[in-house]
Amino acid sequence: MSRKPDYLDELEAEAIHILREVAGQFEKPALLFSGGKDSITLVRLAEKAFRPGKFPFPLVHIDTGHNFEETIQYRDDMIARIGEKLIVGYVQDDIDAGRVVEQKGKNASRNQLQTVTLLNTIAKHEFDACIGGARRDEEKARAKERVFSVRDEFGQWNPKSQRPELWDLYNGKIHKGENVRVFPISNWTELDVWNYIRRENIPLPSIYFAHEREVITRNGQLMAASPFLNMDDEDVVQTKNVRFRTVGDMSCTAAVESYAFEIDDIINEISASNISERGARLDDKVSEAAMEDRKKGGYF
Amino acid sequence: MNMLKFLTAGSVDDGKSTLIGRLLYDTDSILDDQLEALQRSNRKNDDGTIDLAILTDGLKAEREQGITIDVAYKYFQTEKRKFIIADTPGHIQYTRNMVTGASNAGLAIILIDVRKGVIEQTIRHSFLVSLLEIPHVIVCVNKMDMVDYDENVFNQIVADYKAQISHKLKLNDVQYIPVSALKGDNVCYTSVKMPWYQGTSLLDYLETVETHTEDDTNYTRMPVQWVVRPQTDELHDYRGYAGKVLSGTFQLNDSVTVLPSGFTSTLDKIELFDQRPDEAMAGMSVTLHLKDEIDISRGDILVKTSQQPIVSQLIEADLCWMDTKPMDTTHMYLIQHNSKVTKCKISEVLYKMQINTLEQLHEEDFKLNDIGRVVIKTAEPLAFDLYQQNKANGRAVIIDSRTNLTVAALMFRAEA
Repeated sequence: MSRKPDYLDELEAEAIHILREVAGQFEKPALLFSGGKDSITLVRLAEKAFRPGKFPFPLVHIDTGHNFEETIQYRDDMIARIGEKLIVGYVQDDIDAGRVVEQKGKNASRNQLQTVTLLNTIAKHEFDACIGGARRDEEKARAKERVFSVRDEFGQWNPKSQRPELWDLYNGKIHKGENVRVFPISNWTELDVWNYIRRENIPLPSIYFAHEREVITRNGQLMAASPFLNMDDEDVVQTKNVRFRTVGDMSCTAAVESYAFEIDDIINEISASNISERGARLDDKVSEAAMEDRKKGGYF
Repeated sequence: MNMLKFLTAGSVDDGKSTLIGRLLYDTDSILDDQLEALQRSNRKNDDGTIDLAILTDGLKAEREQGITIDVAYKYFQTEKRKFIIADTPGHIQYTRNMVTGASNAGLAIILIDVRKGVIEQTIRHSFLVSLLEIPHVIVCVNKMDMVDYDENVFNQIVADYKAQISHKLKLNDVQYIPVSALKGDNVCYTSVKMPWYQGTSLLDYLETVETHTEDDTNYTRMPVQWVVRPQTDELHDYRGYAGKVLSGTFQLNDSVTVLPSGFTSTLDKIELFDQRPDEAMAGMSVTLHLKDEIDISRGDILVKTSQQPIVSQLIEADLCWMDTKPMDTTHMYLIQHNSKVTKCKISEVLYKMQINTLEQLHEEDFKLNDIGRVVIKTAEPLAFDLYQQNKANGRAVIIDSRTNLTVAALMFRAEA
């Protein structure tokens, strides 16, 4: 160990410390796994925190049914490799049971419906802490969120009555029915995550890298042509070289044109890019306060 | 590349959010779609330029009132360093938010409006920086454009600050920089408007200031967060103590004492996932193994046997009250010190600080944002150091078990 610790070591050590606090403070925690690079990073950090022991929590995936198949393949391969428990909550089940109603129209997406499925899954399994991969640099509302962020029994975040969070002392005490969302990579930026993935050699779903895909242009953004996207005669399908910067529901995650086939290309591309990562998500464009409103309602 | 976390403190109209906006803007940290969102938001400066303050005012209520309520974290990096800014509110009713933001800061920027000079809030902010012993302080005298970049006005404020504050409080390494956040003078670029100023720009200073204070190797500590026990056939006897080294450096074969029990053993193995380093330094999250089988669980702390901390149930501490419900000296609270949580009472109030004037008052009622010196009595002994000697093991929070809220910050000052 002659290598001098740098900022990635600091960020890693902080995240591992947070994960171990979750293990020590809660009865029934869970790790929310989306198949995106941030939650993949969390899995790697959990391995570093708890191996050679098992994770003290299962992984939970909220499946909108509108997934990129590469993500699901990656998820199943990863679970087989790490040998941990996976719980899947299906948005389709809530639609079938009439608990949520599918959106209509051209920009219909299941992105907002997944909040209900998430809250139902938390209630069903009585999770008291849910670890998520959100970062403070993603969005203004997230910039103010605590690492340990308490949700009331309706799953709501109250930004005005957040607990003071001092030093590295995280207070996870809650009343029955409440739960805590925990964000171990709060202090990481998108570039930090990519640099860490490169350093650790972590495999990613192939859609993060440039590939040929049929896309349509909608609201100035490239959307993957898929059965989940409501298309009409005005939509022109083109084949382009694209990649995705975030992995969400197929109906709301936009692609960027790219020739970044390797992780080094991606890091160069991000360093030179002038569009933020969430800028490629239609769901944040609705209003300036879009994220804050969704968080108050129990979104990740 | 290393990382610097810093805090910005100023009052409502000192232009704090504008300063941060300027730092982000001039370091190309604002992306096109974010700029576009700014353009859409319709809030402009008088001269029609974008109001950079909007970048940091994250919550709806704040945008409506035009003030920063909570701590907002912002991130940017240059070729030299990665920065994390804790943007904290300046108004007195948000003292607890400032303390929160200050708790992890390696540097504090104290903003002064050049037209107002040193005011009560400047004293309060400086007091908090001094209380938390933030290693570096930059006094930014802002809005220099409003006084025609006048050297004399700046010099007078520096003299006032020294007389009223830095001669009375223990502050480390204070720098004074005249800036205009609105126009960008001396923020990222040295100003041509103030040739009389010989120092560096704010960003230059942030990029070059020493971040690692001499790591004190006299206090080697690691609180146990989690015991790793796979209990599989092949790892039947595996028992690793997982935690983050608070301070100092553990080396293989060190004699290690477990507190509060006092059992001693030898450090057998250090694990960092798939690596087996010979030493574990402050800041590293590791798993330690001891030669002997000892009963160790979460809440215990491992220390070098030759470097024992204080073990006591009576502690004199500086306290900042952070809850709307006033402090109750008859109530049993919880204290969280590293991974240990135990019951506690505030058994004695020594004094309360009148922060704006730096006087000690003999009052016992502690309300939201009050700060003073108390004696804490804990149900179980804590193994701690004094904040002024080893910050990492000299701090704690108080939790109210009725509401589960974090109600106070503590900095341990003496064994009572």
